[in-house]
Amino acid sequence: MAFVDFDKVWLAYNDELLAQGQFAVEDISLKVNEGEFIAIVGPSGCGKSTFMKLATGLRRPSKGTVVIDGKEVTGPLKITGMAFQAPSLLPWRTTVQNVMLPLEIVEPYRSQYKSKKKEFEAKARALLQSVGLAGYEDKFPWQLSGGMQQRASICRALVHEPKMLLLDEPFGALDAFTREELWCALRDLHAAQKFNVILVTHDLRESVFLADTVYCMSKSPGRFVVKREIDLPRPRDLEVTYTPKFTDIVHELRGHIGAMRKTGVSVPQ
Amino acid sequence: MVVSKNVERWSPLIVLAATLLLWQAIVAGFGIPDFIFPSPWQIGQQFIEFKGPLLEAAWKTFWVTMLGFGLSIVVGVLLGFLIGSSRLAYTALYPLMVAFNAVPKAAVVPILVVWFGIGLGPGILTAFLISFFPITVNIATGLATLEPELEDVLRVLGAKRWDVLVKVGLPRSMPYFYGSLKIAITLAFVGTVLAEMTAGDSGIGYLMQSAGSQQRMPLAFAGLVTIGAMAMAMYELFSWIEKRTTGWAHRGSQNH
Repeated sequence: MAFVDFDKVWLAYNDELLAQGQFAVEDISLKVNEGEFIAIVGPSGCGKSTFMKLATGLRRPSKGTVVIDGKEVTGPLKITGMAFQAPSLLPWRTTVQNVMLPLEIVEPYRSQYKSKKKEFEAKARALLQSVGLAGYEDKFPWQLSGGMQQRASICRALVHEPKMLLLDEPFGALDAFTREELWCALRDLHAAQKFNVILVTHDLRESVFLADTVYCMSKSPGRFVVKREIDLPRPRDLEVTYTPKFTDIVHELRGHIGAMRKTGVSVPQ
Repeated sequence: MVVSKNVERWSPLIVLAATLLLWQAIVAGFGIPDFIFPSPWQIGQQFIEFKGPLLEAAWKTFWVTMLGFGLSIVVGVLLGFLIGSSRLAYTALYPLMVAFNAVPKAAVVPILVVWFGIGLGPGILTAFLISFFPITVNIATGLATLEPELEDVLRVLGAKRWDVLVKVGLPRSMPYFYGSLKIAITLAFVGTVLAEMTAGDSGIGYLMQSAGSQQRMPLAFAGLVTIGAMAMAMYELFSWIEKRTTGWAHRGSQNH
């Protein structure tokens, strides 16, 4: 049984749009296995972020069902962690305090927070060290570089050991070198902890390097148009991005996106 | 570098001294009589001569202002909390509050006198009425401008509205709050003095009013200076507290 199961999901943002038949995403179906890393690529404004809201239960579908971990999603899912393009760390907390924030909110950690604070802090520090932030735990976020802040933001998304990690263009604002470093950091975290990842991105190389399966999404209507399994062997090294096979896959996906951009406007509603 | 830092530190005093000197020179140079425009020197003499009454009036004005200001912190924060955390309350209350804030407080004082009589009531209430609005607006702004992504991050974890407010909303609005206190405290002094001038029987405002009607301009000016000094001292106090507690919001000005 699939861990994440979207069955013909449609979403309109409000009743008015629903009545007009204006959907942000249409007829989305996908199945994700436990521990699978999927990436969703597509032009901007195609409903990728809407998809994320559906997968976390922040939004409920207008039609269709979303089943995650065997249960239909009816409200916010505590088994997920999220990170966005903006690290959105709290400037009045140190980095390690920022990472510990979810533990102050999500059960069962919340009720144990006072008694196990030391243990939780050690865990947060270990996580920060695992992404190369050793020595920066007690600095404030604004004393860190953009890439470091994003690492901390991903740690915050992972500290409560979620089964699913949702990333919405997390590396979009970083320079190319930092981005590749963070790809590797994410790859290693995923390899070590085996959580599910849904990565929304517009960087095709990123999606091919990291994901097991890449879905291409079209714009208005927001639909999945292509599913591409990435059969590159793991563990993948950055070198793989320079192989012909890698380039071919990226090229192929680029072709789909290009075709959508040309025809996307004239698709009949 | 060291020199420029020293200059920066002492610049307020240097400017103050220069202003006083220029003022003294103009008054002396043009031979302006003291019942029109007194010189700093004459004002200083009044301070010594009327030390007792001035101190007494200043103390009175100070604590009336503090009572009004305390009231406006409580009401301002609660109102700001309400309209900042609920869109309905924001939409419903904001226009009314703007209209209320636009009413000249000098026009309200006589009404307050009818209700509460001559004395402390009008002073405290005028100080409150004139100073709660900036506090409310700033708290509300701090709460309402929360990044939606951050809210999503927390809501996915099962955070209640209250969690989001306490963990993120309130700390985030603290710099706005302190900013507004600095504005509100100076306004509160204006409110108290206003009430004392129109309907008081004591305080700096009353003293200035009496001195003015007796053509004792240097004493009236001494009252003005006293008010200015008190407002400045309170402003500096809140600046200091602000820097100590919300330094993270002023990181640009830190030297590191």
